[in-house]
Amino acid sequence: MPRRVGIIGVGWYGFRPSTPEVHFQGMMFESSHRAYADANVDPRKDVDVFVDCQEDLWEGIAITDEFAPEPIGGALRPTFTVSGDGLLGVAHAYMLIRSGLADVVAVEAHGKPSEIRTLQDVYYMAFDPLHVRPLPTGNPFFLAGLDAQAYMQRTGASREHLALVSAKNRTNGLKNERAPYSARLTVDDVLSAPYAVYPLTRYDIADFSDASVTVVLASEEAAKRFTDKVVWLDGIGFSTETGSGAVEWHAWGRMLSMRDAALMAYKLAGLAGSPSESFDLAEVEDRFSFMELLSLEELMLAKEGEAHRLLEQGHFNLGGPLPVNPSGGSLAMGVQLEATGLARLLEAVLQLRGEAGPHQVKGARKAVVATWRGVPTYTSAVAVLSAG
Amino acid sequence: MVTNLFVKDRVAIVGAGITTFMRRALETPRELAWEAARMALDQAGLTLKDVDCVVIGSAPDTFDGVHLKGEYLADGSGAIRKPMTRVYVGGGTGVFVPVSAWWHVASGLCKTVLAVGEEKMSPAHPHPQYVFRYIWDPIIHRPLEPNLIWIFAMEMRRYMAKCGAKKEDIALVSVKNKRNALDNPAAQVAANITVDDVLKSEVLVWPVQELDVSPVTDGAAALVITSENVARQVTDSPVWIEGVGFTLDNQHWENRELAFPRYLNYAARMAYRMAGIERPWKEIDVAEPYDPFDYKELHHIEGLMLARPCEAWKLLKEGYFNRDGELPTSPSGGLLGVGNPIAAAGVMKVAELFWQLRYEAGKRQVKRPVHRAVANAWGDLMQAGTVIVLGN
Amino acid sequence: MSVTKLPGTKLSSKEMYSLPGLVESVPQAKYDFSAGPTISRFLQGLKEGKILGRKCPRCGRVYVPPRDYCEYCHVALTDWVEVPDTGTVHTAVVSYISVKRERLEKPEVIGVIRLDVPGYPPNGYEFAGLFHRLCVSPEEAMSDKVIGMKVRARWKPKEQRTGSILDIECFEPVR
Repeated sequence: MPRRVGIIGVGWYGFRPSTPEVHFQGMMFESSHRAYADANVDPRKDVDVFVDCQEDLWEGIAITDEFAPEPIGGALRPTFTVSGDGLLGVAHAYMLIRSGLADVVAVEAHGKPSEIRTLQDVYYMAFDPLHVRPLPTGNPFFLAGLDAQAYMQRTGASREHLALVSAKNRTNGLKNERAPYSARLTVDDVLSAPYAVYPLTRYDIADFSDASVTVVLASEEAAKRFTDKVVWLDGIGFSTETGSGAVEWHAWGRMLSMRDAALMAYKLAGLAGSPSESFDLAEVEDRFSFMELLSLEELMLAKEGEAHRLLEQGHFNLGGPLPVNPSGGSLAMGVQLEATGLARLLEAVLQLRGEAGPHQVKGARKAVVATWRGVPTYTSAVAVLSAG
Repeated sequence: MVTNLFVKDRVAIVGAGITTFMRRALETPRELAWEAARMALDQAGLTLKDVDCVVIGSAPDTFDGVHLKGEYLADGSGAIRKPMTRVYVGGGTGVFVPVSAWWHVASGLCKTVLAVGEEKMSPAHPHPQYVFRYIWDPIIHRPLEPNLIWIFAMEMRRYMAKCGAKKEDIALVSVKNKRNALDNPAAQVAANITVDDVLKSEVLVWPVQELDVSPVTDGAAALVITSENVARQVTDSPVWIEGVGFTLDNQHWENRELAFPRYLNYAARMAYRMAGIERPWKEIDVAEPYDPFDYKELHHIEGLMLARPCEAWKLLKEGYFNRDGELPTSPSGGLLGVGNPIAAAGVMKVAELFWQLRYEAGKRQVKRPVHRAVANAWGDLMQAGTVIVLGN
Repeated sequence: MSVTKLPGTKLSSKEMYSLPGLVESVPQAKYDFSAGPTISRFLQGLKEGKILGRKCPRCGRVYVPPRDYCEYCHVALTDWVEVPDTGTVHTAVVSYISVKRERLEKPEVIGVIRLDVPGYPPNGYEFAGLFHRLCVSPEEAMSDKVIGMKVRARWKPKEQRTGSILDIECFEPVR
C-alpha cells in the first residue's frame, strides 16, 4: 500500500505589487516560518528535505540555489532547487515521501517580479535564441495570443467569453486578501480596453505580484506526530509537451501537457467517477483569460468546446455547481512567477480546511489545482487534494 | 530521515552516454543533450517510447544564454509529452540528476527515467568566466568585484595551511587525472604533464595556477535509470544505485572553516547509511570525487571519508589513488582531464563508474576488482555536496 | 564503452565566430535588489565606521555579516551589537586576473578575516567573518605567517563612506 502524502502546513508572505521592505530571502523566511508554525514542526529537527523552486534569471543571481537554504531552515540539510513552478517542487516532495527517503518535506517558491527592471527582456531570454528571439514580435506574450486565437477558432468561444473569465475572477478576488488586482470589472470594461496582444486586452492578462509560499508535506504516519489538520495530496501529475526551442511542435489552441498531467494525477488519486463530478472547486491556470477555459477542458471538467457555454450559464461562479478560481485566480492575485502554482495550491488547501474566509466554498471536500509555467513553455502540473 | 523502508524495487543504471567534451561545440545545447541521451538509450537497448520520465540537469542559464533552460533542453532530452523537471544545485547538479532520478523510480511513479546533464559554456562572451560574476551576493560581495577563482584559491590556501600540503603535492592530482584522461575518448585536455609543468603554468589567483584548474567546456552526458524489473529485462549487469545523499550548506562561506567540506561529509554519511557502508575507506573500491581544481579532489576524498582529514595528499604521493592503486580515484581523467561542462561533468563521473562496475571501461579499467563505487559533485559557494553510491 | 569516436564537433575560436548561422544576443537583464532591513542597517553601520552583527535570541550566536534569521534556530534575529573591527586572517590569496579573465596591472590581495566576535570556539568550524581585501604585499600574502595574522579594518575617511562594504578599504596587520 503506497504511503499517503498529506499537506500539514502552509505559510505565505506578500501578494502585493511590490515588497520593498524585504530582501527576497526575508520573504522566504517569513513564509517558511509561518508554514512551520502552522504545521507545528521544528524545521531544524523535523524536516527531512527542503525543496526550493527558483529560476536564475527571475532572481538576478547566476546560481540562485546558493541563497535557498538559510532562509527556509535548510542550511546544512538536504536541500535542493527545482528550476520550475512550485507544483513541480511538490511533485518531488511527493516522490521523496513515497520512496521512503523522507517523512517530512518543505517546499518553498517565491517570485519578486517587482525587482526585475527589464521583465519583458528576461522573458525574451527564454525564447529560442536562433529561431524565435531574433524575430520582431513586440511582446513575448504573442505566443499566448496565437494559442487564444486557435482556441477560439476550435471551440467557438468569443472574446466576450474570455472577458467574462476576467470579470468573474477579478470580482471574486475582492473577497480575497491575497488578490491585489481585484476589481468590480464587467465584460465591457475588459473588451473596451486596448489590445495588449490580439485578441487579448490588458485585462485578459494577469499582472505580476511579489509573494513567497511554503508548503510542508508529510507521510500519513509522520503527519500524526504534528497535527490533526491534514489535507491529502491524493495525486500529482506533471508533463512537458515540447521544449521552448521547438514551439512549432506545440498543438496550438490545446494544452496537452495539462491533459497529460491531469491523467497522471487522476490515476494516482484513483478517481472513481468522471472528473467533472469529482471536485467541489478548482483552482486552475488563468494568467491569460482563455487559459481558464482551455484548462477546464484539458482537465476534463468540461467537455471539448463546452467550457465557454458552462461559463455563460454561471456553472463556474462562486455559488455555482463547480466554482472555478474562487480565489480570483492569477487575474486577481497576480502572477508570482514560479510561485504561482503554490499560490493556487495554498488557496485550495485553505478552502479544504474551511479557512478561506469570505470566499469560502461551502462544504468543500475535494479540489483540483492546475498550473502552466507560462510563455514560452509547454509544461503543466496538476494536483488533486481532499480534506482530511 | 528514514532509510529505505518502503523501497520495494531496487533502482539501477542500465545505460550511459556522453558526447565529446570540447571547448567549443558546433552542436546546439539541444543537440548535445540529444546525442548523449540517444547514446545512453542505445546502450540500454531502449527507445524513447520506453522512457516514462525525464530529469534534466544544467547549471547557470547564463552560460547557454537561455532563460528557463530546462524547457529549452526538453525536447533534446526526450521530454516530449513526458513528465520532466530540471533540478539544480550549481556544480553539484551532475550527481544530483541521477540522485533525483532515483526517487522518481523508488517512489513507484516512473519505471524508466532518462537523466540528462548538459552544459554549453562557449556562447558566453567575452569569456564564460564573466558569468560567474553574478553568483555573488549582490550587496555584500559584488562591490569587491570578486572573480570565481578567488574562493577556490582561498579554500586551497586554507587547506594547504591547515594540512601542510604543498603546491607540488597537490599538483600530483592534475598530473594523475590528465594522464588518466589520455585513455578517455571524450577528453578535452588529456596530457602527459609533470608537476613542474603545473608549477610553471600561469598564476591566476595564487595559489591557483592554470594547470590546477579544469577548463571551460561544452558537453553532455546521460544515464538511463530503471526499476529492478526493467533492469533485469534489458541487461545482465545492472549497476544498482545503493545510496543517495545531498546537503546544501549556508551561503556564508566566509563564516566557515574552509579546510574541510562538512556539507559533503553530511551528504556522504546520508548515502553510506542508505547503502549500509560503515567503513567507506575499506568498502569503496573506486571513486570519482569531483575535481574542478586539483586540491578539490583531495578535499572531497576526505569529505567522503576515503581518507582522514589532511591525509589525502600523503596517500596521493604514495600512489594510493592511481589506477593501479589501492583506491583508484578519477580513473576517467576527471574534470581536470576530460573537461568541466558544469552539470554534465558530474553525470560523466557517474557514467564512468557505471562502466567501471561493468568492466567496460577498456584502457581506463582499474586494476583491482570493483564492487562498490562512490561519486560526488560539488557546487555553489562552497555549499553543495551531492553523493551517489553504486554497486554491481 | 566500446566507441572510439564520440558525438560532438569541435570548433576553434576562429571557426565559431565565422559560422554563417551565428546569432548574437545581448542579455538585457537588470534588477533592483531590495537590501531589506538587516543589510540596510549593516550598511548604515559601515557608513558610521562600525561593523554591526546581529544576535540570535535563542542560541546567542552573533552573525557577521548579519542576517534576518538564525540559520540554526530558524527564528528572527533581534539585537544589534557592534563587534570589534579586529580579527585574524583565516586565508589569503593573490589575484593576478580580473573578473573578465584579463591580467591585472596590480595584483590584488584578498582573504577571509575571522573577526574577534565572542561566542565562537577559538578554532571551531564556524565564526563571524568577512571576505575583504588585505593591505599586505603579495609576498607577505604568500608567506606562511599571514595565516592567523592579527588584522584591523582600515576605514576610509568619514566623508568618503557611502554605506557600502567598500567603506572599509582593507584589513591591515596590527603591528
